[in-house]
Amino acid sequence: MKESLPLTWRKIPDRYRLLGTACKNCGSYYFPARHVCPKCRRKGKIEGCQFSGRGRVLSFTEIHAPPAGFEEQIPYVMAIVELAEGARCTAEIVDVLGKDVGIGDEVEMVFRKIQSHDPEGLIHYGFKFRKVKK
Amino acid sequence: MRKVAIVGVGMTKFGEHWERGFRDLVTEAGVRALEDAGMSGAEISAGYVGTMAAGSLIGQEHTGALIADYMGLNPIPITRVEGACASGSLALRQGVMAVASGMHDVVVVGGVEKMTDLDTAEVSEILGGAGDQEWELFLGATFPALYAMMARRYMHEHGATEEMLASVAVKNHKHGSMNPLAQFQNEITIQDVLDSKMVADPLKILDCSPLTDGAAALVLAPLESAKKYTDTPIEIAASAQASDTIALHNRESLTGVKAARIAAQAAYRQAGISPSQVKVAEVHDCFTIAEIMAIEDLGFFPKGKGGEASLNGETQIGAKVAVNTSGGLKACGHPVGATGIKQAVEIAWQLRGEAGKRQAPGADIGLSHNVGGSGATAVVHIYRRVN
Repeated sequence: MKESLPLTWRKIPDRYRLLGTACKNCGSYYFPARHVCPKCRRKGKIEGCQFSGRGRVLSFTEIHAPPAGFEEQIPYVMAIVELAEGARCTAEIVDVLGKDVGIGDEVEMVFRKIQSHDPEGLIHYGFKFRKVKK
Repeated sequence: MRKVAIVGVGMTKFGEHWERGFRDLVTEAGVRALEDAGMSGAEISAGYVGTMAAGSLIGQEHTGALIADYMGLNPIPITRVEGACASGSLALRQGVMAVASGMHDVVVVGGVEKMTDLDTAEVSEILGGAGDQEWELFLGATFPALYAMMARRYMHEHGATEEMLASVAVKNHKHGSMNPLAQFQNEITIQDVLDSKMVADPLKILDCSPLTDGAAALVLAPLESAKKYTDTPIEIAASAQASDTIALHNRESLTGVKAARIAAQAAYRQAGISPSQVKVAEVHDCFTIAEIMAIEDLGFFPKGKGGEASLNGETQIGAKVAVNTSGGLKACGHPVGATGIKQAVEIAWQLRGEAGKRQAPGADIGLSHNVGGSGATAVVHIYRRVN
């Protein structure tokens, strides 16, 4: 879906650098940033948190029917990544096909182009992941 | 609280209605439900309608007022509710609460979606809004991809096979072939599913529900006065709803829908029954894996056994529990806002013994299970034949 310039601008800290939040009351990590800890609610103490970018593949799929803006990438691999700190995110796994990925694989964040089909010329960047070389 | 009954049901044929629009479809379903209840419409004191994305699909918001206008129901209060693919069941639940509380006596509830006026890519993007737009869809995930990741994890944890997934679609097409209102009335084989075009591995196009135009409607009344309108009232014995995180990746588990389990447990408590008493169920099979998780979340089969049960024919008409006698979302079609209401219509027909060739024998208790998004909303209703 087309995303507006202000929305893209607001997401820069999260999407470019994996900046999220953590609750100092219960020790839970949140990505993207949350302003209320769903576990502690008003007792929560939310602070900013820089995620390490390391994680593991919890599940994945190879996409053959792409959404608008991803037509040139098929087939590509999307995964649910469990970050080392505990939070999870959905992201592309780059430089591989589905047959090269397994549940439990170690991955690390890379900074890549997400979409560039915006009619106003806006290029969206953000996090993806690649397999950690053994 | 008062007991609530369904006293009238109606739906359009589900499919690609090139020649008919949103208001034509919903009016037809509403008129059929009123006719079924033997009412003129003057008795109706309120309405609730579920539609997920009329604003994006046809550029029309304020659909509650539009529907009351075209149904000739002005000046009743009418309210649109939205919970993605569970919008229909949310409308039903609003109606149940309105009648149960005594706020309203006779209420019409409906669901509608007009999906085929746009091309498939545009519609897919709009439906993506049922997930987390900023943190799933924007980054390259699709809706089938979310369910594919559930399927992959499920297969990893429980050893299920692609044949087990495919068997759900085969069974639902078989049921759909006996439903004259279903979008697809052709039978398919497991090999057809396995050979069909890959969408998001391991899900192929025949693992996915289609884009559909359609509408469905119900008339609800207090059970105590239901016999005024029909000889065969269907009691709504339970109405339960639960929520979970909007993004799939934040759920406790990828191999089940926790909100559905919570809603189901609450519904069984309300109705005072156990899962084994349900004879007929309409469940949310937006993808084949979703039906396997549904029949486990509802307690029909133990965790991890739903795939095997499907492959062994334990969910077809004639089995202990007949699942998706209408053909389900897969074969009957999935006009998203209409689906929850269509499920109730099908259960009502089954419990009345009016389901024709697809009648499940001995159907006295039925259940509907409607999921929004990848599981952020779940709604379960239980229905009972009143003798």
